[in-house]
This record gives sequence, C-alpha cells and structure tokens, in this order.
Amino acid sequence: MSEKNIYLPYLMRIAEITEESPAVKTFRLEFVDEIAAQSFDFKTGQFGLYSAFGEGESTFCIASSPTRKGYIECTFREVGRVTAALADKEVGDIVGFRGPYGNVFPLEDWKGKNLVFIAGGIALPPLRSVIWNCLDLRDWFQDITVVYGARSVKDLVYKRELKEWSERPDMKLVTTVDPGGETPDWQGKIGFIPPVVEQLGLAAENTVAIVCGPPIMIKLTLPVLEKLGFPPERIFTTLENRMKCGVGKCGRCNTGSSYVCKDGPVYTLAELNELPAEY
Amino acid sequence: MANTYNLSHESLNSLFGALRKDGRRIMAPVEAGGRTELAEVETPAQVASDYLQTILSAKEVAFPKVERLLSYTIAPGQVDLKDTEPKAVPTVLFGVRPCEAKAFGALDAVFNWDYRDKFFNARIEQLAVIGLSCTKADEACFCTSVGGGPADATGSDILLTPKEGGYLAEVCTEKGAAILNLAPDLFKPGNGVDKAAITAKVEQAFDQPALTTKLPGIFESEVWTDQALRCIGCGACAFVCPTCVCFDIQEEADPKKGERLRCWDSCGFHLFTLHASGHNPREVQGARWRQRVYHKFSYYPERYDMLGCVGCGKCTRACPVDMNLKEHLIEAAGVKA
Repeated sequence: MSEKNIYLPYLMRIAEITEESPAVKTFRLEFVDEIAAQSFDFKTGQFGLYSAFGEGESTFCIASSPTRKGYIECTFREVGRVTAALADKEVGDIVGFRGPYGNVFPLEDWKGKNLVFIAGGIALPPLRSVIWNCLDLRDWFQDITVVYGARSVKDLVYKRELKEWSERPDMKLVTTVDPGGETPDWQGKIGFIPPVVEQLGLAAENTVAIVCGPPIMIKLTLPVLEKLGFPPERIFTTLENRMKCGVGKCGRCNTGSSYVCKDGPVYTLAELNELPAEY
Repeated sequence: MANTYNLSHESLNSLFGALRKDGRRIMAPVEAGGRTELAEVETPAQVASDYLQTILSAKEVAFPKVERLLSYTIAPGQVDLKDTEPKAVPTVLFGVRPCEAKAFGALDAVFNWDYRDKFFNARIEQLAVIGLSCTKADEACFCTSVGGGPADATGSDILLTPKEGGYLAEVCTEKGAAILNLAPDLFKPGNGVDKAAITAKVEQAFDQPALTTKLPGIFESEVWTDQALRCIGCGACAFVCPTCVCFDIQEEADPKKGERLRCWDSCGFHLFTLHASGHNPREVQGARWRQRVYHKFSYYPERYDMLGCVGCGKCTRACPVDMNLKEHLIEAAGVKA
C-alpha cells in the first residue's frame, strides 16, 4: 500500500513560548524535518491538530500569518488533558501538528475595502493571523480597525502586539475590558464589546467585519453590526467545533450538513443564517 | 450486469476449500451462545443455517472497533514517530445480508471523499463479499424503504439466493469473477429465477425521497425531542450499525511510548460534540437523536448522493429502550412541514 497515512502529524520543535495571560500560552513551532519546512504552506483562517504525544490531539487555529515563513504559532488555554500536557512543555520539546485544514479568509475579495476586526478574549488568535496577514499586505486595504476586549486586563492576549498595533499610524486599535476588569493604569475603554462597537460609529459602506469571540459576544455583536448597515455577506466569523480528524471523517464538527473542518471554519453570517445553530 | 449460475448446497464445501487454499480467511455468521455473529469458519457446516441478522454488523472487517493509526517513542527533546501499516488479511465475507453488503458503500463515501483513508482502503481491497438474500424479515427491517431489498445485489461481489437444491449465484463484480475462477466447475449455468417469489417480503414503510426533501424544513420540530425522551444515550445503535462511521481518536500511552487509536464513537454521546469551554452545540439528547436521523437521511444524500442507512433494523433490535427507527421515520414522514 502506497497510500499516505492522513493521521500522521509533522514533528515540530517548540522554538519559543510566550505566556500571554493566566493559563494562556503561545508556542512558536518549527518543523523538525527540513523538507516539510520548505514545502509547508497555509492560508490565513486554516487550523490544525496539535499533538502532545502521550496525551492526544487538540484543534487550534494557526495563529501566525502565512506571510511569516519558517514557523507556525498556536495560542491555547490550558483546559483539558492535551492542553495541560502542552502547557508543561518547554522550548526544544517536540509536539505534533497535522494540517493545514479547512477553508480560508478571502483576502483577495477584500482588496480596496476597510476592515474591522472584532475579537473577544481567547478568540483573538484566529483573527491575529488575519490581522498580521492584512498588515503585511497593507496596500491592499483601506482603513484597518481592531476592536479587542477581554474580561480583565490580565486576560488580554498578545500584549506586546497590542502595544505595537496601538502605535502604528496605519491602523486603529480599540481595546476594552469588562467593567471591574480594569487596572488603575488602564488606558483603554471599559465596557462590553457590543456597545463599544456601536459607539465607534463605524461606516459599513465598503467595510468588511470579521468577528470572533464567545457565543454570547457574537450573539450580541451581530445585531449591532446589522444596525450599522453591514450586510450578512460582509460579516465573517470562524467556528471552532470539536474535532478529532480534521479531514471530514470523524463526524462531529458538522453544523447541519456543513463540516466545519472542510467547509469552514470560516463562514459569512449569510452562510451561517442558512445553517442550524449547532455551534 | 451480473452473470447468473446455479450453485448446489454440496458444492459449498469445495468452494470454501478453494477459497482457503487461495489464502483467504472466511468470515460468516456463526451461532454461539444464543446469538449469531460473524466469526472465522473453515467449513459451510459451521455457518449459521437459518439466521435473520447478526446483532453486530459486518463493518468491523473493514473498520475495526479499535485500530492503531500510528505509534511513537518519547525521549527528552525527541519523538520517534512510526507509521502503521494496516493489517489486511484476504477475507471473504460469506452469507451476509444484502443490507450489510450495501452498507460498505456508505462507509466508503466518508472514508474516501476528499482525503483517502488508507486503513479502510487496505482492508476493502482485500475483501470480497458473498451476500445471501433474505428469505425472512422481521418488523425492524425496512430495506425496501431505503432503496434496498431482500435480494438486492448492491455491494455483493457474489449474491446467493437460496432456492430448491442450492443457490442462484449472481456474480456481480470482478472480485466475484475471481472467486468463480477459483472453482469454475462449481458454478453451473443457470437461468434467472423470480427472486421476488422466493425471498422475503418487506413492505415499503415510508416514502424516503419525500422524507429527505422534508427534513430541512422540520429541523425545529418537536418530534425529535419527543422521540428521544426515552433515549439513554448509550450508543448501542451506532455500535451495531453497519453504516455508522463516526470515530474518536484516543491516545494509549505511558511516558516513554504510545500509540494513537481510532475507536468507534457515537453521536448519541454528550461528549461527542462537547467544546473545551463547556459549551455543547448538541446539548440535549433530542438534538443528538436528530443529528443521527439527519446525518443518515439528509446530510448523506446532500453530500454523497446516497443514504447513510440500509434499513437493516439492527439499531432497533439493539436498543435497550425500544426506540424503533422505522416507526420514528414513519412518524417524521407524517410531520407537517
């Protein structure tokens, strides 16, 4: 049999670990195999299955931009068996990666448009890949705005990058924390994401909104965007249903007949409106 | 088109001998401990003579309950990963029911759309199916409502239909012809018989195309919750089902070595879709039961242009709380859209 084993991961060496917030870490992963490192390619929006050998696999997005070559990054919160084992790893340790899987954000279609990214809590990682991808192709787009909120200041991830984005003249960053989550020196906004978005007075015309966050945030943010005049075709999100295979076989990530691992994870609100709310 | 022959009862001995001489394992329904299940046999005398259905399905010959996908050893700063070559023994599945033979097509659809699953394919490549038409059926059977029938040859490489003195043998595929060529003298020229007259009568229970068309419109119907009220989420239906293909991937490991295993799973389990956050897209049993029905009767037709159900009735017979798929589908077909 010469068929390939589709469940066989790449071996990846942890090149760098960043502590993002309590229990949230980012790994920079480099391919152990040189040929794999050369041939590997992905597009923003895609995800993978990450192995802690001895414990199993978990599904996370690729949190880095495809414009940054030679490595991938993932950001995860320690919640279960696999993520706990990953969190114990140190620089130089080996983990597994299968991917890239799933569809992509259609950056080509967004050329010449304004982009508004709206993320809550641990949902910034999938958008971070797109944000850096778009910043690295800055000429393609008009205004770029990022709205990012978390429960509290300590829960904000990518603090280094938030600082960098806040200082860039070619984009606008708005950060907010839930009331009570602020620190004495907090410079950002205080409030939940939906009203913060509403107060920004975004122009929906020629603008694409990319939203990712906990279900309650998405649920309350979508009506705000619709009120601002965003048509469902121009509101994008990325779903993260439970997966085991990532390749359209294990049978659990579907929402209606749509397999999040194959037909997603990127969907427009128009597409989601056609599907049952099984996410 | 199938070539039709006569095969006498007595000639089965020689056929089994020829198959074994060719290095093939023969799996057939065997009666043991009050139930009939597939087991390896050497002679036709070991095969259950008068059985309705096995409790478990035949899918296990191509898709085992548990199988290793890869293995590895772990040392500080190092992992040695080892690919697994699936163990595929040349196998003849003898005497399985037409519904079960047909079910391999539904498994193949999932394992080979887009990415190809080498584990399933290695076994299927080594598998030949000699189906056996049904001369009886029970109230759980509904093959004729899902495009099959008691003498349907789909999925069989050779289909045997019992008749006076032996069998009508339809050689349907190249794999079937290869078996014939192992013992060509046993297959006597034969004329077609009216199979319908000598096989089981299974009344059509519902209009499946109409049901499939209707399902998207009754997703929110209370019928799914109502039907699932007594479901205990045990997953027996999925484990006996010949088409249920959903699986889990689990790690079996110690600090130095491990293997990654594929195990049967069930959409009836709460854990099946549970997110790390605690959120569950299919939070209640009704939603999970609905997924089971929709996967087989709505999503399969939409994605693969076939049904994910062959009407064998195994789930109904296995259900400890008497959920009856045929009855539930009849009820669903009657729901006002």
